Amino acid sequence: MFREITLGQYYPADSVLHRLDPRVKLFATLIYIIVLFIAEKPIPFLVITAALIAVIVMSKVPFSYMVRGLRGIVMLLVIAGVFNLFMTPGIVVYKIGPFEISDIGLKNAIIMVVRMVYLIIGTSLMTLTTTPNQLTDGLERSLRPLSRLGAPVHEISMMMSIALRFIPILVEETDKIMKAQMARGADFESGGLITRAKAMVPILVPLFVSAFRRASDLAMAMEARCYHGGEGRTKMKPLTYKASDRVAYVLIMAFLVAVAVLSLI
Amino acid sequence: MKSMINAKQLTHEFFRRDEEGNVEGISVALDHVDLDVAPGAFIAILGHNGSGKSTLAKHINALLTPSEGTLLVDGMDVSDPERTLSIRESAGMVFQNPDNQIIATVVEEDVGFGPENMGIPTDEIWQRVESALKGVGMWKYREHSPNRLSGGQKQRVAIAGVMAMEPKCIILDEPTAMLDPGGRAEVLQVAHELNRKKGITIILITHYMEEVVDADYVYVMEKGHIIMDGTPREIFSRVDDLIAHRLTVPQITLLAHRLKAAGLDIPEGILTREELIKALCP
Repeated sequence: MFREITLGQYYPADSVLHRLDPRVKLFATLIYIIVLFIAEKPIPFLVITAALIAVIVMSKVPFSYMVRGLRGIVMLLVIAGVFNLFMTPGIVVYKIGPFEISDIGLKNAIIMVVRMVYLIIGTSLMTLTTTPNQLTDGLERSLRPLSRLGAPVHEISMMMSIALRFIPILVEETDKIMKAQMARGADFESGGLITRAKAMVPILVPLFVSAFRRASDLAMAMEARCYHGGEGRTKMKPLTYKASDRVAYVLIMAFLVAVAVLSLI
Repeated sequence: MKSMINAKQLTHEFFRRDEEGNVEGISVALDHVDLDVAPGAFIAILGHNGSGKSTLAKHINALLTPSEGTLLVDGMDVSDPERTLSIRESAGMVFQNPDNQIIATVVEEDVGFGPENMGIPTDEIWQRVESALKGVGMWKYREHSPNRLSGGQKQRVAIAGVMAMEPKCIILDEPTAMLDPGGRAEVLQVAHELNRKKGITIILITHYMEEVVDADYVYVMEKGHIIMDGTPREIFSRVDDLIAHRLTVPQITLLAHRLKAAGLDIPEGILTREELIKALCP
């Protein structure tokens, strides 16, 4: 039942986007989110749509993969859309029984839904074209200035990459524990939500015990290989900017300015 | 000649504590152990669970420090905190569980983890990773995820991870305990090759008798003491002593021992099938 979970839904392909430095992609995602929230009028949204389509085509990732991310938030979209549609006061343009749709409500609902859909598609584009490792490397480098303020940037990125390594192992272990308990008559499939949640407790306890044991073993193995924190550490795969990365930065900034200007006119 | 590892009266005590942290009792894991390993040797340490052999291994890597006595690794005292990192660079360690010692999500990155910690320049890390992975025959798996490898392959990656640090000595702490017979053979073969071709001192800790047959020298541990030491042939000549300590003897050796006891004129300490055939049909 846990087999299908894939964290970091990387889609391997050889595209301009895949080859970009992860820092560029992180920065682009940040700008993209900001831009989505600046834009309120149709013209800036047209620019964003054009840019999004261009990037999707460049990524060589099948469009269905990006839509897949939307499935999880369909309910959220419907609720947000409906509330905005009916609850916003303004000039009534349409009436269904006791419900009234105002002009502002219509506009807000459309903006809200478009924003959320674009947000999911845009961010999943980043995770689809970047391996989890590149992502943590990119985060570590981008956040490095924070470490001067005492933030444990190296430690956090190390934790993230170790978590990525151990997720499949713990998933397999959960499977094993469940099977062992099912063999002894445990029932995980019947009953309501609460009964089923309660049935999970006997799985979580051994899982936690084993996770702690693994963590302790791993810490020892890391120490044995001279790990002593981020200080004096070199990188096997250091991040370096290429010409294409610089071009990408310029394009991202141009995109930000264009949308900002168009929103103001 | 300078010794690679030299233990004098090495003792380690674990304190058992109750819930408030008061000392309830002391268990002695290592009790005045003397040990001397020459550079380039292949040493095996045998013993049951709880015999203190893993505690000894952790001392050689400075993961534990002695309660009493001294332990020198390549001339460096493991009790000196300033030497800890240099000791770990010259004596690498491979653990029992292959899953719990692989840190990265890609094989080559895991092998590069040790050199990264040592602050080796990027170009040299790549050279080291390449030669280490080729040395254990895992070069073609360099871009794989460790989760898709077999136990023996994972353990070879772990050995490569230690090799890339270019240590003088590798301690293998029950590296085959969780592997199938095929995986065990792979790992042992790699360990012997590194010893022969690169002159790396190997300390193999195990409870499988068959694995120590090819070692240069064997120590047998029980309850924190070294109860026997000698070449494999010397150790396996004392079949009755081994059985008295509940240690299983390789089948061929046991068969030869029984045949001799039944009156056949063959030497003690036969280790392989070929030797037994030669002794029986001269």
